[in-house]
Amino acid sequence: MLDYLLSFLVLFGAALTFIGSLGLVRLRDFYTRLHGPTKATTLGVGSILIASAVFFSARGTGISLHEILVTLFLFITAPVSAHLLAKAALHLELNSLAKIPRKKVREANALERADQTQATKQATDNAEKIPSTDGPQEPTQ
Amino acid sequence: MRQLLPHPLLTPILAGIWLLLNNSIAPGQIVLGLILGWLIPLLSIHFWPEKVYIYRPLTLLRYIMVLLVDIVVANLIVARLILGNPDRLKPAFVKVPLDITSDLAISLLVSSITLTPGTLSARLSLDRKYLLVHALNEADPDALVATIKYRYERLLKEAFEKC
Amino acid sequence: MLDIVLPIAFGLVAVAVVLSFWRLLWGPSAPDRILALDTLYINTIALLVLLGIHLSSALFFEAALLIALMGFIGTVALCKYLLRGDIIE
Repeated sequence: MLDYLLSFLVLFGAALTFIGSLGLVRLRDFYTRLHGPTKATTLGVGSILIASAVFFSARGTGISLHEILVTLFLFITAPVSAHLLAKAALHLELNSLAKIPRKKVREANALERADQTQATKQATDNAEKIPSTDGPQEPTQ
Repeated sequence: MRQLLPHPLLTPILAGIWLLLNNSIAPGQIVLGLILGWLIPLLSIHFWPEKVYIYRPLTLLRYIMVLLVDIVVANLIVARLILGNPDRLKPAFVKVPLDITSDLAISLLVSSITLTPGTLSARLSLDRKYLLVHALNEADPDALVATIKYRYERLLKEAFEKC
Repeated sequence: MLDIVLPIAFGLVAVAVVLSFWRLLWGPSAPDRILALDTLYINTIALLVLLGIHLSSALFFEAALLIALMGFIGTVALCKYLLRGDIIE
């Protein structure tokens, strides 16, 4: 029974990993390609990791749960890297099959650049001052 | 109390991660985990810009359950789309207006949109009012916005913001 | 059952690695290559974990965890580079 569960998890995970990479090759533009690895591959590896946790727990040397940690980590980081990649692609104005609301994105990019120069300016200004107002203002209870 | 235990939730979470990392529940490891869980928030207090309050933990739990089911469904849908004819996909950028304001709630929403069916959050506007979402195959953008707002944002708003 | 399934899984993940590598070489744009690298990291984790099951050795877990950490940091640093032109301000 356990054998079948393990086999299913391993096969399902490997198939999803494969499909994710297939999407990377097959799809037509960057934004659609981004969907494959972020979703399919993450769940694929998650399922292989869970299979590994079940496998080592069933060997009888105690429950092995540390694979859950890698799974959790992957599930937390995958959206972050996908978001950053999409942001970088929008920043570079890559070609897309879908219509990009270009004006809005350009405005946002320009605003962000202005914001950033201001922030760096502020940071250098603060560095010159005495660091008395450093750190967040903690409300005393 | 605030000074000694700046993030009461973070301590058990860090201790749990320590135990998972060491893969044991020996008493020594539990004590060490608790000490680390107490020390790390204390030392990193200045890196946490705002206090996190969870008003309804049960709603958050329900949200996580909904999310887990959706992640599995999402992957099957995306897998089918990838295996189908890539020329027949209709990708689209959709603008989703946001109601939630808390930083943590927004980042949770952005992450869950990326993990769920055929959507990927691409850009958050600077004033945090709009989210640009890329959909892999979407014929009806309004329906997508309604789904995101009803299925995810409503629960997050309940969990993280005072009504 | 597992003995039959494991080689198939190895094969599938290995093909996935090759496909990602093709995208890494082919490009055409920088974000494409970063995405391919990110996928390669994740595929490598899958391969390592499968190898761990195959050899029934828990030693590979730490390597998988480290690759996950380093992969994420690498992707973020490269994206930051594309977005801002430098990594550390």
